[in-house]
Amino acid sequence: MSEVKVETKGSKRKTGLPFIDCDIHNEVPSPDALKPYLSQRWRQYMEMVGTRTYHGFAQHIPYPKGNAGGTRQDAWPPNGGIPGSDLNFMRKQLLDPLNMEIGILNCLYRVAEQLNDEFSAALARAVNDWQMEEWLDKEPRLRASIVIPYENAEFAVEEINRVASHPGFVQVLFLPRTREPLGRRRYWKIYEAAENHGLPIVIHFAGLGGNAITSHGFPSYYIEDHTTMAQAFQSQVISMVCEGVFERFPGLRVALLEGGFAWLPSLMWRLDQQWKRLHAEVPFLKRKPSEYIREHMRVTTQPMEEPPKLEYLLQVIEWLGSNEMLMFSTDYPHWDYDSPELAFPAKFPIELKKKIFYDNARAFYRFK
Amino acid sequence: MAQHRVATVDEIRPGERKIVQLEGRSIGVFNVKGTFYALRNVCPHQGAEVCLGSIGGMTVCGNQEDGTLSELRFEKAGEILRCPWHGWEFEIRTGKSIFNPLGCYIKNYPVTIGQKDVADGETLRVETYPTSVEEKFIIVHL
Repeated sequence: MSEVKVETKGSKRKTGLPFIDCDIHNEVPSPDALKPYLSQRWRQYMEMVGTRTYHGFAQHIPYPKGNAGGTRQDAWPPNGGIPGSDLNFMRKQLLDPLNMEIGILNCLYRVAEQLNDEFSAALARAVNDWQMEEWLDKEPRLRASIVIPYENAEFAVEEINRVASHPGFVQVLFLPRTREPLGRRRYWKIYEAAENHGLPIVIHFAGLGGNAITSHGFPSYYIEDHTTMAQAFQSQVISMVCEGVFERFPGLRVALLEGGFAWLPSLMWRLDQQWKRLHAEVPFLKRKPSEYIREHMRVTTQPMEEPPKLEYLLQVIEWLGSNEMLMFSTDYPHWDYDSPELAFPAKFPIELKKKIFYDNARAFYRFK
Repeated sequence: MAQHRVATVDEIRPGERKIVQLEGRSIGVFNVKGTFYALRNVCPHQGAEVCLGSIGGMTVCGNQEDGTLSELRFEKAGEILRCPWHGWEFEIRTGKSIFNPLGCYIKNYPVTIGQKDVADGETLRVETYPTSVEEKFIIVHL
């Protein structure tokens, strides 16, 4: 009869490859946490009117999805807050035990969906100030996205210019269900500002938005919504390429976060095919669409594609035509989190894995 | 096969569980309606501590052939373990997954109930869980 002890966590030593996590979510604990960063005018507005988005007067995000809060069940911090809201618990569960060198925060607080542009801009300022004070200045392993009111380019540019000099901000955040396809002119000033500051823009999976997730309306089930997100990303890639964004802003870099990647090779084939026939319609495209995509765009891995055989996965990566496009991400603390230790098949080629886990993100973000 | 006393039967009530460390392995011991089961605390998908997941039932429906496709019923309440990460579901009684019972499962271990004098060796955690000679122990066999 041997001794039994209740398992203790947090004692695990760091194992596995060092990696850069391109997608971690820090959550605003509650609207009250933003009040110190809002002017009196907007504090009063928040109390009197509150959030007004495409979803009417809803105060909260309509989750659970998958799990309570849309998060890992084991990610609820002991202080009673919501997952992703407690830096100390994030350190204990994610930053300390795993071999992560740099983690990039994408705060999904509902900023750009606000129907009131001025309030949207005020919230963006508050969220970014909160990120600097509560996260970036406290934890050197973390970087973050600048949150912007992207449906109003003028306000978005003001916000980028206001905070871009903070070294913790490494990119500008969009969500995929925008009012118009992201290649269109209403967003160009934002790309110009991002390019001027040397910041990439990223588009991150998000379940909410004014437009339906499919081109034919709203589906019944969450499983459809989650799977169809790839369609939203595809539309954004096609738009940004075909509108000539990468000719006009040759320094612009774009990362697609949590949108999958197995669909990307066939999209590039089809775009190239159509471009050969229709390039007179878009004469500002000087190169094959796939060349813009390979040069300017990166894609994160989570949720990892899980084909039935490893060889299929490697085939897809070969079809991308570049081993520099994929960047590892966990999506902590969300319920579709990928483990750096087990999300990739055991026999995945180690050199390629090193690029995906570290080198590709370091080059894209120009980390030293 | 080594025997490990992990708790008294009163310590894990129906619907509850206890996570223990046996021979370097983390194992969840569950009480499902009065019967005890032991599962390895590792999800076969991505290695999450699956035994920390929620315990519930599952919604099933009939078949098109007999006209019961739309007849939904909730069954196996308290018998289904749902992984805390990606929600993969497993039957606690067998460790088998719902979506692929033969190809995807959690390792399980036999569990018996014994008196203190049945198993040899020292009494477990007596300082934390005081027991008496009459009390019954849950024993996991590795």
